[in-house]
Amino acid sequence: MSSNKVIHAIYNDDDVLMDAVHKTRAAHHHIEEVFTPFPVHGLDKAMGIAPTRLAICAFIYGCIGLTVATTMMNYIMIQDWPQDIGGKPSFAYYQNMPAFVPVMFEMTVFFAAHLMVITFYMRSRLWPFKQAENPDVRTTDDHFLMEVAVHDNEAELVKFFQETGAVEVKVIDKH
Amino acid sequence: MYTFSSKLKTFSFVLMIVGILGIGYGFLTAPKTTADVEAILKAEEHHGGGHEANATAHDAHGTSTEHTAPAAGHDAKASAEHTEHLEHVLHQLQNKPWAALYVACLFFMLIALGALAFYAIQQVAQAGWSPVLFRVMQGITAYLLPGSIILFVLLLLSGLHFNHLFVWMKDGVTEVGHKNYDHLIAGKSGYLNFAFWIIRAAIFIAGWNLYRYLSRKNCLAQDEASDNSFYKKNFKISAAFLVFFIVTESIMSWDWIMSVDPHWFSTLFGWYVFASFFVSGITAISMVTLYLKSKGYLPNVNSSHIHDLSKFMFGISVFWTYLWFSQFMLIWYSNIPEEVTYFKTRIEHFNLPFFGAVVMNFVFPFLVLINTDFKRITWIIVMAGIVILLGHYVDFFNMIMPATVGDQWFIGIPEIASVLFFFGLFIFVVFNALTKAPLEPKRNPFIEESKHFHY
Repeated sequence: MSSNKVIHAIYNDDDVLMDAVHKTRAAHHHIEEVFTPFPVHGLDKAMGIAPTRLAICAFIYGCIGLTVATTMMNYIMIQDWPQDIGGKPSFAYYQNMPAFVPVMFEMTVFFAAHLMVITFYMRSRLWPFKQAENPDVRTTDDHFLMEVAVHDNEAELVKFFQETGAVEVKVIDKH
Repeated sequence: MYTFSSKLKTFSFVLMIVGILGIGYGFLTAPKTTADVEAILKAEEHHGGGHEANATAHDAHGTSTEHTAPAAGHDAKASAEHTEHLEHVLHQLQNKPWAALYVACLFFMLIALGALAFYAIQQVAQAGWSPVLFRVMQGITAYLLPGSIILFVLLLLSGLHFNHLFVWMKDGVTEVGHKNYDHLIAGKSGYLNFAFWIIRAAIFIAGWNLYRYLSRKNCLAQDEASDNSFYKKNFKISAAFLVFFIVTESIMSWDWIMSVDPHWFSTLFGWYVFASFFVSGITAISMVTLYLKSKGYLPNVNSSHIHDLSKFMFGISVFWTYLWFSQFMLIWYSNIPEEVTYFKTRIEHFNLPFFGAVVMNFVFPFLVLINTDFKRITWIIVMAGIVILLGHYVDFFNMIMPATVGDQWFIGIPEIASVLFFFGLFIFVVFNALTKAPLEPKRNPFIEESKHFHY
């Protein structure tokens, strides 16, 4: 009766899983989560998950990196300690800009890459010493698990998932 | 089967005829004597641009120091210098229609070669996504044969002194004591001499065309085959071609492009030229695909294929910029006179095309194509593609013109007409080749994967 009961349907093939996800969505059952041992192409679209906004974050982080690099190089090379390297005195940032481009580029990439990874971990609720959330250890090896909410339709759901090609269907009481 | 619409055919003929008229006009109006040049320079002076300023910039023939130090009062010397200057400008202006023809011819030939390299990479990588596009690529590479033959004729005419595009071919350049003697070129003459140079060109062009011919033949034979033997053959010759290609491409870029500035050299020049025509070739594939798709052909090409081509356009544009900047920055930073003169002439006399090429080939495609959704919107790809192709024409213009016409450059009738002529010929050859075979390879082992390719 309680709404924290869930079905765990376990599959041993990603194609069967994809097929089952399509059928489950068509039958209007609510998929809570799918656990897979490797990224399955197109699974996010099949589950109806909104597109990722990580790319927007990456762009913003890149802009931050570019700004940090420009500000930093301007302070170090122009304002604080100007040097005459190879007959090119550092009077203004734009004059020696080509020399600073590699730093600007690297910092853009560095900021975009690292901050994007950190964002991804935070968004996926992953941090050091965190207990694994996956309900079945076999999902780290060769099995795929779909978690579906139960709403007073336990028997019907069990039957439905057995027909989708699941190798195992369990009803779990989530606490 | 694709049928070449009469409208497009007429369009290509119109381009070719307008092109030929313009090229002819360019040759006919080129000055014949120093008197003509004097009149032209006088007219220019009245427009406000004194030619004394221009006189300082003739690195092309290596005589700049003589011009920059006119001894006051020495009338005889000044008048001798003036005649020499007039002769120099005359050569530049006589080069102009030739150089315009050469740049356009080279550019369109290299588009076909870039598409051929892309096609060979697809074969060797055994790519699953691209077989539905193979016939489009083969259509574009069909231009390689006529394009490279015309280029070879132009190279031959240069060698026979019909023009002065390659200064190292001048009489007496390698003879000690001759007035044209050039110590640096003499040192390079073991490599840079007409006979060896034209033989290399013949070998390269023959090799590329041989691969294109065999690969096309095997691809068509695979359609009717009962096993994958033709496909495997194509894999092998494509791998061999890529090795041949990357070596010959590098040497080709020194021979046909870098040698117009025979004193100057850059070790990454081959890569730089490659990036430029590789992205042009990919853009051409994308544009022809979109055109055919808009006419209702290529039903199995979906938005994921288009998306992948756009990703290549974006990625190789950035790669080009990386090489452009790498070449520039090292030379700019070390500031060695014989190296930096290359960029000095470009920044001083070709400022707009030099930096304009970076805007067209990097800034614009970068900002437009970085968005995932934009990579599959037809009008955006076409717009970006036109800018990329024009931008890479300007890039080749920047490689050839400073050494051949110097500060007398102008994108006028000869330049535009040459582009129109080769564009018309390109359209005619490419779309004619597309009618010759079904637009989809039938029995390629990856054709099913390609049809269902979904990103």
